[in-house]
Amino acid sequence: MKISYAWLRDYLKLSLPADELAEKIERTAVEVDGVIRPSEGLKKVVVGHVLECVPHPDSDHLHICQVDVGEADPIQIVCGAPNVAAGQNVIVALPNSWIGNHTKIKRSKMRGEVSNGMLCALDELGFDEKLVPKEVADGIFILPADAKPGEPVFSYLGMDDEIIDMSVTPNRGDMLSMNGTAHELAAIYDQTPTMPTVDLTESSDDLADDDLDVTVQADEHDVPMYKMRLIKNVTIKPSPLWLQIRIWNAGMRPINNVVDATNYILMQYGQPLHAFDYDKLDGGKVNVRLAKAGEKLTTLDGEERDLLPTDLVICSNDQPICLAGTMGGLDTEVTDQTTDIALEGAIFDAVKIRKTAHNHGLHSEASMRYERGIDHSATQTALDAAAAMIADLGAGTVANGTVIGRDEDVQPVVVDITLTRINHVLGTELTADAVADIFRRLDFPTTVNDDTFTVTIPARRWDIHIPADLIEEVARLYGYDNLPATLPTGQPTIGKLNETQQAIRDSRKLMESAGLTQAISYSLTTETKAKAFAMHASEVTKLDFPMSSERSALRLNLISGLLDDLAYNIARKEQDVALYEEGRVFFSQPEQVRPKEVEHLAGAITGSLVPAEWGVAAKPMDFYQIKGIVAGYLKSLALADAVTYVASADHADMHPGRTADIYVGDQLVGFVGQVHPTTAKAYKVRETYVFELDLTTLIALPKERQQYQPISKFPSITRDVAMLIDDEITNAQVVDLITSKGGAHLQTVKLFDVYNGKHVPEGKKSLAYTLTYQDQNATLVDDDVTKAFEKVLSALTEEFGAEIR
Amino acid sequence: MSLQDRLTELRDQGLADIKSADVLKKVNQVKVDLLGKKGPITEVLRGMRDLTPEERPKVGAYANEVRDKLQTAIDHRREELEQAAVNKQLAAEKIDVTLPGRDVPQGQPHVITQIITELEDLFIGMGYQIVDGDEVEEDYYNFERLNLPKDHPARDMQDTFYITKDVLLRTQTSADQPRSLENHDFSKGPLKVLSPGRVYRRDTDDATHSHQFHQIEGLVVDKHITMADLKGTLTLVANTLFGDQFEVRLRPSYFPFTEPSVEADVTCFNCNGKGCAVCKQTGWIEVLGAGMVHPRVLEMSGIDPEVYGGFAFGLGPDRFAMLKYGVDDIRNFYLNDVRFLSQFYKKG
Repeated sequence: MKISYAWLRDYLKLSLPADELAEKIERTAVEVDGVIRPSEGLKKVVVGHVLECVPHPDSDHLHICQVDVGEADPIQIVCGAPNVAAGQNVIVALPNSWIGNHTKIKRSKMRGEVSNGMLCALDELGFDEKLVPKEVADGIFILPADAKPGEPVFSYLGMDDEIIDMSVTPNRGDMLSMNGTAHELAAIYDQTPTMPTVDLTESSDDLADDDLDVTVQADEHDVPMYKMRLIKNVTIKPSPLWLQIRIWNAGMRPINNVVDATNYILMQYGQPLHAFDYDKLDGGKVNVRLAKAGEKLTTLDGEERDLLPTDLVICSNDQPICLAGTMGGLDTEVTDQTTDIALEGAIFDAVKIRKTAHNHGLHSEASMRYERGIDHSATQTALDAAAAMIADLGAGTVANGTVIGRDEDVQPVVVDITLTRINHVLGTELTADAVADIFRRLDFPTTVNDDTFTVTIPARRWDIHIPADLIEEVARLYGYDNLPATLPTGQPTIGKLNETQQAIRDSRKLMESAGLTQAISYSLTTETKAKAFAMHASEVTKLDFPMSSERSALRLNLISGLLDDLAYNIARKEQDVALYEEGRVFFSQPEQVRPKEVEHLAGAITGSLVPAEWGVAAKPMDFYQIKGIVAGYLKSLALADAVTYVASADHADMHPGRTADIYVGDQLVGFVGQVHPTTAKAYKVRETYVFELDLTTLIALPKERQQYQPISKFPSITRDVAMLIDDEITNAQVVDLITSKGGAHLQTVKLFDVYNGKHVPEGKKSLAYTLTYQDQNATLVDDDVTKAFEKVLSALTEEFGAEIR
Repeated sequence: MSLQDRLTELRDQGLADIKSADVLKKVNQVKVDLLGKKGPITEVLRGMRDLTPEERPKVGAYANEVRDKLQTAIDHRREELEQAAVNKQLAAEKIDVTLPGRDVPQGQPHVITQIITELEDLFIGMGYQIVDGDEVEEDYYNFERLNLPKDHPARDMQDTFYITKDVLLRTQTSADQPRSLENHDFSKGPLKVLSPGRVYRRDTDDATHSHQFHQIEGLVVDKHITMADLKGTLTLVANTLFGDQFEVRLRPSYFPFTEPSVEADVTCFNCNGKGCAVCKQTGWIEVLGAGMVHPRVLEMSGIDPEVYGGFAFGLGPDRFAMLKYGVDDIRNFYLNDVRFLSQFYKKG
């Protein structure tokens, strides 16, 4: 809502700078987007009087004008506007002036003729094209005859005004009007506002009832009020300049005297009004009802609309002519030929209007106000004021009486609140007098009984109906700055992360200390990416009405998002990227719309974790390094059951020979490996290693009870074994066998070499392990160790055909 | 030559030899030559049997003195040479300490996580529980239970991604609040919760809009919670994130789930309130929304608003990060450009 400071002064004695007023409004009532000064940045733009206007000899459209700009001699300006003529007062941008859009005007020559400036149209002064009256859109603007040459033009165009642009919250519909804003400021500054009065003269012999027949078929809830007035013999013409100024400073386009009058009253009272061309109403028969399926209406914007059964419509002889509260119909529009006006003042249900505006994409000044609520006590006054204004501006007469389709009686809202309650909620020590004074300033009739205020809420403040609403009124007018700042007291509580939250935090720390940086990717992605890398089969949760296919489905995995992140970095020449993400994935649940939200932890690494440095070559990421990161992380969880890695070729997007499923006991908890080269290419990433873990499951798994193991005082003995063995036999199988045959004193088995190069026969590999033996209670005897070791060797030979070297 | 003179001569010669020995080996040789069992001093001592009993102790004492002197000189020279050898080695081992150190790979938390963690810790310290609600929520909890019935104009403020008519991606983490309220046992004390998390709005991504962003919502309900408590809490939040020198001001706003509702502005950290481009010359920056829990919200959760009351607040870590670090495009938070992520390394 754009509030003209000049207009506001009709109501209140205000002299403070507009910025201060805006600040006060913002601190006490609603947010202010800014103060607009239409003339800001404009310089040396003055009134000019065209003394002479002759066609340019070398042009078919330019004119050479001699213009009086209040100086001793007239100046010559070449002008291309079709409507320029001698005798007009015009807007002159002098040489070295600044006009709209930060444009500087200089002295120039146009086709050989000197031009000492420019004659301006409104848009050239920075007017939004949407606000320029259509009749002056194609030419320069003609100023009133009494404008004084040489004076700045701003005061003639309302451009010297300051306009406070308020961003009105949905609860403060009352401030979408000058009257409401004036009431608010009167409370803030403790003034009595001068409200507008209506001077309506009705025809003595012409009864509106004779010519209009209004029936409301819609129920009382949907249409609590519907009234019409009739104004006859109106001449349609442009509005006087003062009215046009108010209209355009309010952010609307001046149309004609009738439409401008309804818009003016809309701004003043906050009551939407609609003017119909009476002659287009079928014998003055008007009815209001819900639309029927299949009905159509062409609205003022020329669009034919399919009406919905939730749309309230105004009909003439049961044919829809207007979408109630949103937009009028083209057929009954007021045109230059219109003489008689049927003027509607009504209240429609906020939800119905909201639906209609939403469904038809028609958000208008009227619908916005209906959605936020209307002061029903002002509807009749607004209707009267508009009728009087139309009659005045169009030299018509107002028929006698208001035709009433419906006029529901609305009971005033009365709210009781105690002083104790106010202070209890605000943490203040306000006195009864202080609170009573705030209600007085708000002009809320109040009676006080002991501790209790009984407050009658004026209809203009329909947003107030419970004690909490009154507490807000007291708080904001008392001033939030005056509230003390304390912290909650009362019974102490313990704040603490729960197990999952703590585990997530720990996971982040561990990932970071392993060299991975945290990424936060989008949860919404394409359906394909959502499904890729999923740890188990699931339906994808899809948006009903996505904005793009790129963001249409909830992810089942974190890796695809990380690969997108990697691709973004690689495209920007970052070769070494190591990212992890901790976040939710969304697995479908049988017979439920809402998916199961599972916390996952994933990593993706390309290039080297430690890039090449001086004197040290880069160590490219490989399977075993990322496996090491995963293993280190899993170790930190102190899982009770053993972690195993099982080769898996089942992941379509993973390298079939370089991927392992990760189990804890029998529970699958994730996978680690290299992204399938084809998939990597599709994501535009290079060789990339990834892992994804189901954190929710990991957190729930049983944990090892940690207990101190005494450190043996007795020396350990080691034995090394190297063997040639079939390629098919895995390290895990070998270690398992060694462990099972190792005897009571075998403490650790450590792989120290893998070789399958020169001198190793085809289909074989060489593995070497160090076995460490130790007894907790005694010094081991060498012979015993040798015996145990030989058992292992023969087992390896017998079971795996290993050739011990 | 008397024995004394012979000893003096041996001493002087020995000292000269020690002095001129330039490697350890030579020093050792001098020692063997002079002080060894077959050395000249031993020989002198053997000659003492020819002396008179009066002279014997004198010469004996002198001989010991010479031997000690030489031994000391040898030890000293040895130390000197050892030290020189160490010094020589150290000099040879000198390196350019300004060459870069070896990288130990170290990742870091996302800047949004840093802000969330900082606030979580602040509120945990004040006895709050952290609550993680679901990101896919029912319309009923996300809106209706927060006093936002269908067709409420305030729903325009939050364009929503729907899965079905009744299920949506949460537009606010306060969707957790009704659940927290209905699950809390007030006989065990007040409800104090903080809900950080991802939220979604049906917005086209641009420099200032993101269809995914984060929120932190706080809620306190007890028998006597005041708006002054809210103001004090918000001041603490601002001081934690921006610094102690900043002021908080409240101004009226509207949220359907609070009444009164306020926006909280913080003194512009960039200009200290003088007015600059960051704060659009106002000296203040809007950082969060808050208010006293609406009685309807309490009632819908089965809590008597006559007995209990409380406050709620919500803020956006994305917006905080943008303000605090001057980030000019919200999409930076979700593109995960390592050149961006690596800039925020100061806090853990």
